[in-house]
Amino acid sequence: MSETVTQLVKKRSKALSVAPLKTSQTIGGALAVLGVAGAIPLMHGSQGCTAFAKVFFVRHFREPVPLQTTAMDQVSSVMGADGNIVEALRVMSEKSSPALIGLVTTGLAETQGADILRAVKEFRDKFPQYDHVRVMAVNTPDFSGSFESGFAIAVKGLLQTLVPAAGQGHSRVGLRRKQVNVLCGGNLTPTDLEFIEESIESFGLRPLLIPDLSRSLDGHLADEPFSPLTTGGVSVDDIASAGDSIATLVVGESLHSAGDWLQQHTGVPLFKFGHLLGLEAVDDWFMALAQISGAEVPAKWQRQRSQLQDAMLDTHFMIGMARIAIASDPDMLSGFVRLLQGMGAEIVAAVVPAMGAAVKTLHNVPLQVGDLEDLEQSAAEHKAQILLTNSHGVESAERLGVPILRIGFPQYDLVGGFQRCWSGYRASSQALFDLANLVLSQHHELAPHISPYAQKTDEAYRQLQSAR
Amino acid sequence: MKAKDIAELMDEPACSHNKKEKSGCAKPKPGATAGGCAFDGAQIALLPIADVAHIVHGPIACAGSSWDNRGTRSSGATLYRIGMTTDLTEQDVIMGRGEKRLFHSIKQAIDDYQPPAVFVYNTCVPALTGDDVDAVCKAAQERWGVPVVPVDCAGFYGTKNLGNRIAGEAMVRHVIGTREPQPVDAALRPAGMRIHDVNLIGEYNIAGEFWYVLPLLDELGIRVLCTLSGDARFHEVQTMHRAEVNMMVCSKAMLNVARKLEEGYGTPWFEGSFYGITDTSQALRDFARLIDDADLTARTEALIEREEQRIRTQLEPWRQRLQGKRVLLYTGGVKSWSVISALQDLGMNVVATGTNKSTEEDKARIRELMGDDVKMQEDGSPRGLLNTVAEYQADILIAGGRNMYTALKARVPFLDINQEREFAYAGYGGMLELVRQLALTMESPVWEQVRRPAPWQTARSAQGELLTAKTA
Repeated sequence: MSETVTQLVKKRSKALSVAPLKTSQTIGGALAVLGVAGAIPLMHGSQGCTAFAKVFFVRHFREPVPLQTTAMDQVSSVMGADGNIVEALRVMSEKSSPALIGLVTTGLAETQGADILRAVKEFRDKFPQYDHVRVMAVNTPDFSGSFESGFAIAVKGLLQTLVPAAGQGHSRVGLRRKQVNVLCGGNLTPTDLEFIEESIESFGLRPLLIPDLSRSLDGHLADEPFSPLTTGGVSVDDIASAGDSIATLVVGESLHSAGDWLQQHTGVPLFKFGHLLGLEAVDDWFMALAQISGAEVPAKWQRQRSQLQDAMLDTHFMIGMARIAIASDPDMLSGFVRLLQGMGAEIVAAVVPAMGAAVKTLHNVPLQVGDLEDLEQSAAEHKAQILLTNSHGVESAERLGVPILRIGFPQYDLVGGFQRCWSGYRASSQALFDLANLVLSQHHELAPHISPYAQKTDEAYRQLQSAR
Repeated sequence: MKAKDIAELMDEPACSHNKKEKSGCAKPKPGATAGGCAFDGAQIALLPIADVAHIVHGPIACAGSSWDNRGTRSSGATLYRIGMTTDLTEQDVIMGRGEKRLFHSIKQAIDDYQPPAVFVYNTCVPALTGDDVDAVCKAAQERWGVPVVPVDCAGFYGTKNLGNRIAGEAMVRHVIGTREPQPVDAALRPAGMRIHDVNLIGEYNIAGEFWYVLPLLDELGIRVLCTLSGDARFHEVQTMHRAEVNMMVCSKAMLNVARKLEEGYGTPWFEGSFYGITDTSQALRDFARLIDDADLTARTEALIEREEQRIRTQLEPWRQRLQGKRVLLYTGGVKSWSVISALQDLGMNVVATGTNKSTEEDKARIRELMGDDVKMQEDGSPRGLLNTVAEYQADILIAGGRNMYTALKARVPFLDINQEREFAYAGYGGMLELVRQLALTMESPVWEQVRRPAPWQTARSAQGELLTAKTA
């Protein structure tokens, strides 16, 4: 297994995980593959692994999602299922000739001891007629890491599979003078990616998003009624040209290690970012774009920057000192924690499903590796006023009697939640407005004092009186 | 309203503004005037009376842009939150149908909401066309058996201050003294303790803040017959003439009510404030002093000692955070000194205070509190305020809501002290909310972020310097 899978996980403090926050690595890995054009993820495991993942994606994105399985059964689970991989790759190549198959493993396959690289080699040896179908294979068992790390592993897998090393073939840094690679973290929504794309283009550069969910899972109506493969995304050939770019931007700490690898492998200069939320984070982003392009920051962004500053002033009265409980994957959690701390809010509970590089840079955060029960308990203990987490937190919020802002995966009870933008100045302003409104909705009124001597006799007053 | 009546209201003998020309409030200056009109003042003064149907007689602008716009809270009835206006049309004005419409409006309000009383606020247009609002109210009252009180407060009569006084005058003339107070239930009279009746005039229960004070009065056996007008009911206003003492809270606005109650019923009154520890204690002492009941005085002192000790302990950690911070205070009239005392209780340093609406007496009090070096800020313009903030290195501007954006746009921390605010600052308990809001804005990390230039701007200038250095 690769190193990112095992190194980060801290031990939990209790045996049972209640109201889990975690989404599996396998699902994260599959999602990254969905950002490649003409691709399909193949989960190496039992058919249920894939069926659950499919329902998960469909409920969140409200889109059909291509996903296949190696369908391990009783016999192959015991006797070895590498043959299932070879067979699945053959059938999929034959039926729909994908540009890329992304093979991600499940806990079942890893426990059994699958050797996916050997199986892929066997497929290559046996079926040279399908050489045009690229295969990316990574280990993403659900017993370690979480959604975000699975996504990161698959992105690194895509790069390692498709990008030639510096000096190999015609590849050369800066050969494509306008091209900028962007490694996009798993918590970025399709509209986040549109912001990234638009901001880069505004400096006269050409963004190469890896992977690119803004073309595949943005909820568009295509001409073709059905496709067994992704209907958009970054092309395999474009990923292969990543070594020709003038720079690589990484958005999301979970991908920093993939970025490091790409820099060592190709020599393309690297710029690392967290979530592009809040004044400082977005400033850094535009500063880098200005440096890379040598162009001025366009007036449009400067205008949005001053709008964000104004929004910060208007909302600091509500968000300042507000007690916040948050649970999400490390990248997203860290982005929000920095935004909220920058507004003077107090983070009273912070739960991640598994450790990640992002949270190691946070300060003054009572961080737990845990579940939504942990979140609920900490939130209750510290009288949190607002909850930030995915749709599974709605019940907790109701029990706590506080409002919830839905972030991250999955959001099955909110139409359009999957595409909300959380990147850039404007999205930061909107996030602040929404948070401030949630605080206002909870405004604590002073309870009327019922004086025994008062002469008041109106019906409403009497009701209050008898209620005391 | 006749010119004579307006002149009489202007000439308020109890007001210290009223020394020279018997004109009281200064005349507004065309082209350089801020602040509301007489209608605004009258409506603000009376609207908190919660169970009354408040009808604004005029075209839409008067009620349309002002109803449901106050921070005042009620412990029951909520009729005051419903805006009512005759919404006069062009046809009404031309054809002289205003009176008729008003008469029917009053009927509609009584039929639909069964209020204990209706207040009718007259405005500029019907005042100009000569609607006889007094006569309509009288006729309506006789016809439907519900008190209908005319408040003749057309905007052109004068300023907001005058409007407050018109409102007070309407209460004195039509409402106060029309009913006797309910006797106090024997069960509520602890042995040996006398219950004393008082009124509070000019207390508006903003954000419910009076509920921090009322429990203390309950404990002392002081019955509030009526607060004019926060959380008041019509029949409470009717009984105000029976109070033993009136307190003018934080406002000169309805001074005429206190004076007329003194003239008519011999009720003594004092001016006080519930902002800050010192002033809250002083107000309680003044009640005891004027009521002159030795037992009450002793119990008052005991209560003050207990409450002061409790709140000072709770405030200590905040005091350490706020101590020495410099404040520019810009509020109307009496609040200019009452809030100073609250801030000084916290160890804060008021470097300048607005005295635009303050009387000579207020100013003397400010000097007493703050010494002679305090800046008396007459200029309430945004530019004037910001200049003072810069000159005196104020850490925060405390002012009314309409100055909020003056401060924020200049990247200066701000605290809203006026009627639209959502937080309760009165009494001992209110101090805790006050310190929280002060710290919230002053310690906020946003200031540093909004003052900092964009990184590419600093980078460019750094580069510029580098280039200059090279060429040199």
